[in-house]
Amino acid sequence: MTMLSHVLVANSLITAFAAVGILMWLSGAISKYFTFGRIHGSAIAIMLGLALAFLGGLFTGGEKGVADLPALAGIGLMGGAMLRDFAIVATAFEVDVVHARKAGLIGAVALGLGTVVPFILGVLVAAAFGYTDAESLTTIGAGAVTYIVGPVTGAAIGASSPVIALSIATGVFKAVIVMIGTPFVAKMIGLDNPRSAMVFGGLMGTVSGVSGGLAATDRRLVPYGALTATFHTGLGCLVAPSILYFAVRAITGG
Amino acid sequence: MTISGVALLAICTLLGGFLGDLLGVALGVKANVGGVGIAMIFLIAARLWLVRRKLLSHGLKTGVEFWGSFYIPIVVAMAAQQNVVAAAKGGPIVIIAGAGAVAVCFAMVALIGRLSGRVETMDEIEAREAETLAAPVPQFKSGRVA
Repeated sequence: MTMLSHVLVANSLITAFAAVGILMWLSGAISKYFTFGRIHGSAIAIMLGLALAFLGGLFTGGEKGVADLPALAGIGLMGGAMLRDFAIVATAFEVDVVHARKAGLIGAVALGLGTVVPFILGVLVAAAFGYTDAESLTTIGAGAVTYIVGPVTGAAIGASSPVIALSIATGVFKAVIVMIGTPFVAKMIGLDNPRSAMVFGGLMGTVSGVSGGLAATDRRLVPYGALTATFHTGLGCLVAPSILYFAVRAITGG
Repeated sequence: MTISGVALLAICTLLGGFLGDLLGVALGVKANVGGVGIAMIFLIAARLWLVRRKLLSHGLKTGVEFWGSFYIPIVVAMAAQQNVVAAAKGGPIVIIAGAGAVAVCFAMVALIGRLSGRVETMDEIEAREAETLAAPVPQFKSGRVA
């Protein structure tokens, strides 16, 4: 047993790859057999991650979730700012400028609104719950944009870990509602043509939420929604820790 | 070479981070201002340039795309190391902000749809294309799931 834990500790990053891989595989199975693909495996995996962090925190009394367990310390490196930013930047490689032009003006308008409107709402809710510093307000607002923009923003402007956890949870919750709720409201919001699917993708943002929700509504709309949604995270990561943060700072006077 | 892709990504990330820090200093805040976003713009520009020069090799693509496909697992790892015990005290904030954001955005999809007038629905487009082309209905690629 001590030999096994020695191997795990000595290869902490490799252990983290294995642990996260198993978690992702499990989430994929849960998604397939318990939600019939309704909730995307990645959203389940992130929720499980948060749940494990909760248990880890209770168990160790520490502040870094499961990364406080010596055997899982590698999770801290794998999910740390360095590799996270690296992987997020890499996703921009798949952005095709030709496709971007296709989305056109209406896509751009939807993208802009889809970033600013949830942000303002998130900031207002955070303010209502008693947060007053610009860093926390901005991070929670950014979490209401997507679960990526939240932590990227929080790390960039120096928000505390509980606030970052809140912003991830907010973004994941949003993605899950989009996945489950879209088929029910599709008719009401006129989601039956490529253009409204592009507007939808730009406004909702989370690629997993948008593609899951659209797939359950009408499979043919998925590429149009994903087209605008792919730009959402990049735009959010650009404006949330900059323009939006300064706007919040100007208002709070921080 | 795969390493050239990883190196390109690394250079873009470092440059973005550096410029983000510079911007923070210039604006007088102790923060990285939009570094990740700036790095993404560099990477998109680099890709365009490489495609134009026909320098985008398979290995280079593999090097970048591997890390792109690693993004969700890394986010999972990030979620697993947050201080969720402390965050749980602010629980309702998650539900209100999350549900509120979705509700407002659903409403805006409907609003933009109404304001910009009627367009052909997916069914109508397919019906028209089937008629005029008398050819198989175009296959739609399924979207990338990230």
